Amino acid sequence: MSTTTTSGSRSRQNHTVHTVVAIVEDKPGVLMRVSSLFRRRGFNIESLTVGPTEERGLSRMTIVVDGESAPVEQVEKQLYKLIDVVKVSDLSQEDVVARELALIKVRCNNVNRHELLDIANVFRADIVDMATNSIILQVVGDEDKVDGLIKMCEPYGIRELSRTGRMAMVRGAKSTNVHDKEPEQIAKIHASQGRRVAGELPFSSD
Amino acid sequence: MVRMTGSQILLECLRREGIDTIFGYPGGVVLPLYDTLPEFPELRHILVRHEQGAAHMADGYARASGRIGVCLGTSGPGATNLVTGICTAWMDSTPMLVLTGNVSRTLLGKDGFQEADITGITHSITKHNYLVMKAEDIALAVREAVHIATTGRPGPVHIDIPKDVFQESAEFEWPEQINLRGYKPNTEGHPGMIRRAAELIDQAKKPIIISGHGVIWGDAHNELVELAEKAQIPVITTFLGIGGFPESHTLSYGWLGMHGMFYANRAADNADLVIGVGMRFDDRAMGRFSGFNPGVKIIHIDIDPAEIGKNFPTTVPIVGDAKNVLPRLAAQVHPQSRTEWIKWIDNERELHPSLHIRETRRLLPQYVMRSIYEETEGNATIVTGVGQHQMFAGQHYFYERPRQLISSGGLGTMGFELPGAIGAQVATPDAEVWAICGDGSFQMTLHELAVLVDERLPVKMAIFNNGYLGMVRQWQELFYDRNFVSVAVTQPDFVKLADAYGIRALRVNTKAEVHDAIRIAREYDGPILIDFQVDQEENVWPMVPAGASLSETIEAPEAELAR
Ligand SMILES: Cc1ncc(C[n+]2csc(CCOP(=O)(O)OP(=O)(O)O)c2C)c(N)n1
Repeated sequence: MSTTTTSGSRSRQNHTVHTVVAIVEDKPGVLMRVSSLFRRRGFNIESLTVGPTEERGLSRMTIVVDGESAPVEQVEKQLYKLIDVVKVSDLSQEDVVARELALIKVRCNNVNRHELLDIANVFRADIVDMATNSIILQVVGDEDKVDGLIKMCEPYGIRELSRTGRMAMVRGAKSTNVHDKEPEQIAKIHASQGRRVAGELPFSSD
Repeated sequence: MVRMTGSQILLECLRREGIDTIFGYPGGVVLPLYDTLPEFPELRHILVRHEQGAAHMADGYARASGRIGVCLGTSGPGATNLVTGICTAWMDSTPMLVLTGNVSRTLLGKDGFQEADITGITHSITKHNYLVMKAEDIALAVREAVHIATTGRPGPVHIDIPKDVFQESAEFEWPEQINLRGYKPNTEGHPGMIRRAAELIDQAKKPIIISGHGVIWGDAHNELVELAEKAQIPVITTFLGIGGFPESHTLSYGWLGMHGMFYANRAADNADLVIGVGMRFDDRAMGRFSGFNPGVKIIHIDIDPAEIGKNFPTTVPIVGDAKNVLPRLAAQVHPQSRTEWIKWIDNERELHPSLHIRETRRLLPQYVMRSIYEETEGNATIVTGVGQHQMFAGQHYFYERPRQLISSGGLGTMGFELPGAIGAQVATPDAEVWAICGDGSFQMTLHELAVLVDERLPVKMAIFNNGYLGMVRQWQELFYDRNFVSVAVTQPDFVKLADAYGIRALRVNTKAEVHDAIRIAREYDGPILIDFQVDQEENVWPMVPAGASLSETIEAPEAELAR
């Protein structure tokens, strides 16, 4: 499988999107607080994924926001105002691995099934279900790859489509978890842009 | 450890947090709590007449004292009635604890009688909120809530408790420590940024300080005077910042904004450096953002990082508590005289005095306000409603100390004056509290008059009775071609109304009666209402028309001055 390198900030369909990761306390209502904050401030969410982290009690949200609607600095600062948000990382300037999973149910018949299998093969998609008149493809990759496969399937008729939205992780040893100290130069940027620097978390002290 | 009911745990926690007053209103689901109240005689419960009043009273209490205010309502309509008051507190950063009951746990989500998803409703107008599902979780929720409400940028925090959680028993343990991983406000200020700010101030020829509500909440008024004096920086305040810098000080140049002083707006617009302290560059203060003082450098000191850079690009941001940051900044700046700049603003003030009250036989609201100032010798606590009278209260009373002017600035909530004044009087029983009321605004919450009687609170009420929703009438006059629609209000006879509540009242029709009436009110040791029949069509000047920039501030037109 080819590894694609992506930066967290990229152009999709001619507009800039930012990838923001928020580590949040796994408490009731936290998803509503975050999504409602975006609505309230007029920040458009392209996708939002949530799941547990390596630490119990903390969840990780990967939020892709439309850069036109949202100055990423305000997004970060507003997220920090939520008491349940422990740490926010803007991956826009980072070298990240960004992935999305999609399940695509495509119409097919005995005649064209082979073509679809070939397409799946090219995209390294898995066939996870097969029936007489449909198959389900599962594909993992960045958005372009998923978009590409969807486009190829369209002529056959897509009966159902489910995409997870983007998950992202910084490459290398650096991480967005709450234990790592913020590298010095990032702490400086945060300080200079009026972001919080003191306290053990989320940033190391200046 | 002791076993206690949820109600007992809640009240015990309030007691331990040093809370002495709850403004509340009972109802089905909070009955277990009310049942327990007599066990806690240290907690004074003040029964309001509408839950909105409870929230405004808690707000007024907090603004007058700096201590957290507490209000309480039942589920459903009780809780939704609190919403306007919560949002008022939220917009002006008031530390407040909002308590509501909800239906029992088994009924939650079933749309039963008087259920409202109140935490869903309040989450965007509170700093944080809790739905507590177990009696054993109450103590931690209260500790966290009080901590969150009173630290960093203060704000209201809401705790919702189902009825059966009040009744359930649990081991009571006072949480000695709380650990909120996602909440660690930075109060110190970055040393490097403070250094850069000091350099900028030293280089500036025409610096101005704009001091906001944060200086008052942060108790940083003395520190502000120190900085201003050392570096000779003129100070203007925002409307909510009034009192954060003594208005008699030679460096004080009033307040800026839509109805601020002409010279304050001119100073802000001509400065080469703006030092915003505990303020948020709101549109009512700054005018149209794109039209504000091009090229000005901005130092922004605020405890809330999200305010920095929100409306204006900031040259030097300092996230921290004004009380910590200002002294360090003062230590690093060099003394200067800046006579030229100060002379320039003085000259503007001479050319456009703004606060001159013209000679006329009419009973001008400005004259009434100025007379209250004179009679109270500038010592009263002034609590206002929203409208023209609010602006006159800001303009024609002069404030020397923080917490002296209490007003809904951010949300602009009509009806704030009476309950706000009640809260202020409860918090500061020895203060002389004046509620400056609009005839429209007062009618939104006048039922709280009953509380004055119940609690024997000597609040003085001055109704600026112009027969109109004056501020709206002014807009219709100026921007809607005098098309007066739905602004003439029919009023009750306010004197009779007060009488019906058992409250003394006077009516003032002429200028000659003003001072006497105020004197009578001051000498009377109970609540008293004065119905001032002020001129009907007086406008508030100066004015920055909506959407205009500060440089377009308009002074009172000649024709109006001749009236
Ligand atoms: C709850 C609420 N409703 C409506 C408004 C809009 N509003 C702002 S000022 C005003 C008129 C206030 O009239 P009045 O209380 O008589 O005071 P005046 O302006 O005449 O001094 C109105 C309706 C508001 N601020 N708050």
